[in-house]
Amino acid sequence: MAANSDFLLTFQEFDSSESHLGGNGDATTISIEDTGAGSHKPQKQRRSAPVTSFEEDNDPLANDDKTELLSGQKRSAPFWTFEYYQRFFDVETHQVRERILGSLLPWPGKNFVHLYIRNNPDLYGPFWICATLVFVIAICGNISDFLVYLGNPQYKYVPEFRKVTIAATAIYSYAWLVPLALWGLLVWRNSKVMNRVSYSFLEIVCVYGYSLAVYIPAVVLWIIPNEAVRWFSIVVALCLSGSILVLTFWPAVRDDQPRVAIAIMTAIVALHILLAFGCKAYFFSTLEVKHTAVDAAVDHGTKSSPTMKMHRTNTMS
Amino acid sequence: EKMADVDELSKPMFAGLSDVSISGDIPVEGEINVPVGTPSHDDEYSTLDEPVKDTILRDLKAVGKKFVHVMYPKKSSTLLRDWDLWGPLLLCVTLALMLQGGSVDSKEDGGPQFAEVFVIIWFGSVIITLNSKLLGGTISFFQSLCVLGYCIMPLTVAMVVCRLVLLGGSGMVSFIVRLIVVTASFSWSTFASTAFLADSQPSNRKALVVYPVFLFYFVIGWMILTFSPSA
Repeated sequence: MAANSDFLLTFQEFDSSESHLGGNGDATTISIEDTGAGSHKPQKQRRSAPVTSFEEDNDPLANDDKTELLSGQKRSAPFWTFEYYQRFFDVETHQVRERILGSLLPWPGKNFVHLYIRNNPDLYGPFWICATLVFVIAICGNISDFLVYLGNPQYKYVPEFRKVTIAATAIYSYAWLVPLALWGLLVWRNSKVMNRVSYSFLEIVCVYGYSLAVYIPAVVLWIIPNEAVRWFSIVVALCLSGSILVLTFWPAVRDDQPRVAIAIMTAIVALHILLAFGCKAYFFSTLEVKHTAVDAAVDHGTKSSPTMKMHRTNTMS
Repeated sequence: EKMADVDELSKPMFAGLSDVSISGDIPVEGEINVPVGTPSHDDEYSTLDEPVKDTILRDLKAVGKKFVHVMYPKKSSTLLRDWDLWGPLLLCVTLALMLQGGSVDSKEDGGPQFAEVFVIIWFGSVIITLNSKLLGGTISFFQSLCVLGYCIMPLTVAMVVCRLVLLGGSGMVSFIVRLIVVTASFSWSTFASTAFLADSQPSNRKALVVYPVFLFYFVIGWMILTFSPSA
């Protein structure tokens, strides 16, 4: 107790912290506070960073040059603390809703990142949209199998839980590894050619994650065992989500050599198509192949499950 | 200790009180209660000495009281304050055991294994808890696990009912009945857990926290609904 009052009475030297604040140019005073501050935090950090000036907040294009620098500034909280990750969940319900709706309706000229993400990328959307998509694919694949075999007495319904793990691996690696590769590629091209627009890793993850949102209603439509409906929904979903990606990444590569730009855009679109058709082929086998296989099984009086496995590998879509 | 101090000080300080004489030869008897930590309401005596039956019964009563709270979800803080994980463990093991014995024509396809159910329930609960904490929730980690685990109870009841219904046949009627039962219990679970969890979130993020809980119980409900017994 006596020591405490001594501390209060004596003059304390604050030199050490002053030298930190004043002398060191790129030190930022970022206080780890409650996220109740909400979306004001990114603004506050931008203003306290000594590099950006006040006017540049209003110019979206100019901000992109500094995005990499700013994201470096934002990460000054140590990455092993909880507060570091809280920064990526700094969204509200209406923001998430707006982002999802914005990903469903692409418009030429409206850049998804500039309009909706605005230097506040979140991990909530990508993570939970991927989780929903994984379970929707597994469940709807199961339902579609059930509907195809409805009325067939030979068929024994099995809930196939292996498919959840496979779907999860596929979707999550697409949604997180492809952005990683793309970000690395864009950073490498940035070092060679000065691009006007560049994105941080989290913004790319955001775009990919939210662009997968349109697949959720499409996959639900795939339950209907009608090939025309399935083709229609997959094409529409591909167009919508693909155009989001194209509209987002075209400004980032158009300053590059034309061949490199075209190659990058083609790779993005190709991977997207691969994901869509791969999921459809693996989880929703086509109708005609199934019927012929099952008829053959009924004729031969064998168990239906081995034939189901065989024709699944033969399915082409 | 106090007696010894008085003994030492008695000679110089209380020298005037000649009628007080405490000599060191007289043995002093009695108990000295040294309070340790914060005294809780039932800790007037050490619980180490009570019979084992009392300890178990007390814990069982606490678990049972929480089950009643889940059945009739009111906004009470008892579930949150005295969290325990016995109830969730019991429910999880019961559910996983009952999901066994499903149809396995072949070894590869089939329902979830015991370990898979376990992993889905606990891993799912941890992810949802982390999600609500990252969104700025004021609930603690284990409190959230406790709430999510206890609210699986309606789904476990639905599993029991489904198995009983399936004993009577697995046609369309039994499917409709099972669908209704599972839907009702899954909505009950979601409603019960959001009654406890949503209070700890700022109002502009409630839907963001409730949605993963909805997805979690939906998946568990799906596992229950698609359970088909062996031929």
